Amino acid sequence: MSERLTHLRRLEAEGLHIMREVAACFERPVLMYSIGKDSSVLLHLAQKAFYPAPPPFPLLHIDTTWKFKEMIQFRDRRAAEIGMDLIVHTNQEGLRQGVNPFASGSAVHTDVMKTQALKQALDMYRFDAAIGGARRDEEKSRAKERVFSFRSSAHRWDPKNQRPELWNLYNTRISKGESIRAFPISNWTELDIWQYIHLEGIEIPSLYFAKERPVVAREGQLIMVDDDRIPMAPGEQPMMKTVRFRTLGCYPLTAAIESEAKTLPEIIRETLVTRTSERQGRIIDHDQAGSMEKKKQEGYF
Amino acid sequence: MADPALQAIADAETQEEIERFLVEQERKDLLRFITCGSVDDGKSTLIGRLLFDSKLIFEDQLSALERDSKSAGTVRDGIDLALLVDGLQAEREQGITIDVAYRFFATDKRKFIVADTPGHEQYTRNMATGASTADAAVILIDARKGVLTQTRRHSFIAHLMGIRHVVLAVNKMDLVGFDRAIFEEIVADYRAFAEALDFETVTAIPLSALTGDNVLRRAAEATPWYDGPTLIEALEGIDAARDWSALPFRLPVQYVNRPDLNFRGFCGTITGGRVRPGDAVVVTPSGKATRIARIVDFHGDLDEAVAGQSVTLTLEDEIDVSRGDVIAAEAAPAQVTDQFAAHIIWMAEAEMLPERQYLFKFGSQTANGAVTELKHQVNVNTLEHGSAKTATLNDVVFCNVALDRPIAYDPYRENREAGAFIIIDRYSNQTVGAGMIAFGLRRATNLQWQALDVDKPTRAAAKGQKPAVLWFTGLSGAGKSTVANLVERKLTRLGRHTYTLDGDNVRHGLNRDLGFTDVDRVENIRRVGEVAKLFVDAGLIVLVSFISPFRSERAMARELVEEDEFVEIFVDAPLAVCERRDPKGLYAKARAGAIKNFTGVDSPYEPPETPELRLAAGDRPAEDLAEDVVAYLRARGLID
Ligand SMILES: Nc1nc2c(ncn2[C@@H]2O[C@H](COP(=O)(O)OP(=O)(O)OP(=O)(O)O)[C@@H](O)[C@H]2O)c(=O)[nH]1
Ligand SMILES: [Mg+2]
Repeated sequence: MSERLTHLRRLEAEGLHIMREVAACFERPVLMYSIGKDSSVLLHLAQKAFYPAPPPFPLLHIDTTWKFKEMIQFRDRRAAEIGMDLIVHTNQEGLRQGVNPFASGSAVHTDVMKTQALKQALDMYRFDAAIGGARRDEEKSRAKERVFSFRSSAHRWDPKNQRPELWNLYNTRISKGESIRAFPISNWTELDIWQYIHLEGIEIPSLYFAKERPVVAREGQLIMVDDDRIPMAPGEQPMMKTVRFRTLGCYPLTAAIESEAKTLPEIIRETLVTRTSERQGRIIDHDQAGSMEKKKQEGYF
Repeated sequence: MADPALQAIADAETQEEIERFLVEQERKDLLRFITCGSVDDGKSTLIGRLLFDSKLIFEDQLSALERDSKSAGTVRDGIDLALLVDGLQAEREQGITIDVAYRFFATDKRKFIVADTPGHEQYTRNMATGASTADAAVILIDARKGVLTQTRRHSFIAHLMGIRHVVLAVNKMDLVGFDRAIFEEIVADYRAFAEALDFETVTAIPLSALTGDNVLRRAAEATPWYDGPTLIEALEGIDAARDWSALPFRLPVQYVNRPDLNFRGFCGTITGGRVRPGDAVVVTPSGKATRIARIVDFHGDLDEAVAGQSVTLTLEDEIDVSRGDVIAAEAAPAQVTDQFAAHIIWMAEAEMLPERQYLFKFGSQTANGAVTELKHQVNVNTLEHGSAKTATLNDVVFCNVALDRPIAYDPYRENREAGAFIIIDRYSNQTVGAGMIAFGLRRATNLQWQALDVDKPTRAAAKGQKPAVLWFTGLSGAGKSTVANLVERKLTRLGRHTYTLDGDNVRHGLNRDLGFTDVDRVENIRRVGEVAKLFVDAGLIVLVSFISPFRSERAMARELVEEDEFVEIFVDAPLAVCERRDPKGLYAKARAGAIKNFTGVDSPYEPPETPELRLAAGDRPAEDLAEDVVAYLRARGLID
């Protein structure tokens, strides 16, 4: 019998370790819940780490008011089932000013309704540690980030001056007002996430599975018509296409891909053979070169 | 495709075929490695090449890479593969790597996590970060340059960190015409150096990251004379598996899970051995013994768990266990010590000073402690041992460490996880060092305290007073001694028993051997702190007036006595005022360069952040300030 833990079990153990370290070392931790597949894995790890107790921290969702309807229903149901407190925060000031992805553009919308909103929530509830679902394989500046990533009291990340991080010994010391973002699934790839979801039977929103959905083409990308707030050209009609999503965010900023993958194994196969990286479906990354690093410095997750 | 399995799954027709593929994937093992070596040897380019040739670069990433290569690339008319890894804006601007990047790829044999580390000496701590979790190291050498200082430094750090397998990648062979003699000379050179480092395997490969020769593709034309493995074959062939589950059982308790009165689970990651319900265990440091009741898991209790797993255990008896304790096999409990010898890599700009207090974090245990003796420093070029008084950025030193409480450990060589620690500065909260325990020092256990019949309360009661330390700190010329002197007179008049320790006086006797370097200043304060403690033990009110410029040492003096026995008094006069007063003419001399390391001139003063008492000594007469001190002592109930 081989004693070696499999690749996935090693990743899982690391994730549980990080969850518990956060719970043990911080006074007011929170789990950033964004409802996608990575968040679903995060939530599952939190459940496992503290079983039989529910996780000893609340969930925080930054609601831009532009999420897919199904995501919101899924969020509320899961939080209730697990027995965790759910905090939903929206940037009310941004809402009043009418910021939205169509009129304001993706950059402004993301900054005001996500980045600023997140900072508001972290300040308002005085969270000293926020657990997030970022992975190093997503993007080149993420590949550089520590597992316990220090943020100044203005929530800034200083990529050129990160704390050394050796073994699994995480430096959790901060002064008043400063905080840590902790990333338990840093070392997972997209494929690992799917395999783990499959292995553990983790529930994810059905938007990940191919289905006939109403879409319109915008700058070469397929955008789902999730409600009637999407501006239509005169005479334009949504097309019905069999599509699914590789990543979930604000529906006008999340491109669908045409796909027939209706089961997890089919999704995994598609992920393996596909030639486009998953973040391409997120429109914000393309705004400018190095844009993710810049957003992260300013406090984006 | 590098991974033929990918083709298989692309062709898979049924769900079952895909499922079978997934099970196979699950069985693959994982190798974590780093690339390291000197600046510009081609580490990032090599990883870019590995990702590129393994077809892991997606179409959108490739077009971004082509764009970036035009604007930021270092390769004329071509794509700069290093840009796939150097992801920070500053790195792309400067064409160098600053921090570790973690990348992921797989072949049909294995999964890999690679950490691309920076070659610049300035960023050595980031190289060490990558090395600490690696099983193997690819050490690059530029074929035109041969073995350099950084090659040696990185090899030595890899060795210290417990990496036992090295691939020596002699890169840029395209620039030396794939010359066999050059390759062989470099390899011989390296082997001669590395012999002392005792690596289990060193595999040398002539390659070019730029052209891809001998990376994934065998370069039959360029290097017909070479019949060893390609880089990827070498990486696939490394057997780094160590059976941690064969070690004695250890679980450092990370978190106590106590949702209600009926459940008390002890959570943590098993660092060695295996555990089953019913096993006899002992908890350190308390030494209490019990048995494992359950291994609790979300999907149902487990029959067994092994090293590497993160688990929740319950125990048969209700014994007191908290975070930082270690649950270990009763037959082979963890060693416990408060003093040990260790290698330390220093990672901060601020130098490491012996006797200065830092936080030491081991697994889930954290203790205050200090380096008590710096045994030697290692010269990374020659591996020779030299003497050193302090450690500065990137130094590797061997030293003795003393902690304020015992911790459970295993030597790093025997168990990486149970023998490693990080050092944290208590004020900046920076990670300033990383260490590996070599062995525990027994001295601590042999030295017993002599129990005395007359104790502190008895002595204090005989004098009818509460003992305390009044610690006056401030710049030279701020008025510490003047105020302390007045305070002592007032206290004596009130019938209190006092004693004064004054900086200048003590330096004439007890501390005659100390100068004014940072190291000596720390030792100066340590001794005075200890003496003050003895006087407090004798029941006296001790007035200490020392510049004591560093927060760390004042904190150390504070911790030597009881919480309510220490009064920090900041005699706060602006530097300009002190300099104008210059009672001993010292500022003038310091400005003229006749005295070195003078506080406020060319040596820092760190003002107290929250002193018990702050005296505005710039504009009020000393008599008033002394009255303030006495009033404060009354208010605190230290005198009546
Ligand atoms: N001709 C040739 N040039 C190479 C080869 N490998 C790398 N280079 C070039 O060498 C330069 C430095 O490469 P990098 O990959 O950035 O070097 P590095 O070792 O990662 O550098 P640091 O991380 O900053 O220490 C770049 O201009 C590369 O294109 C090679 O095999 N042949
Ligand atoms: Mg590099």
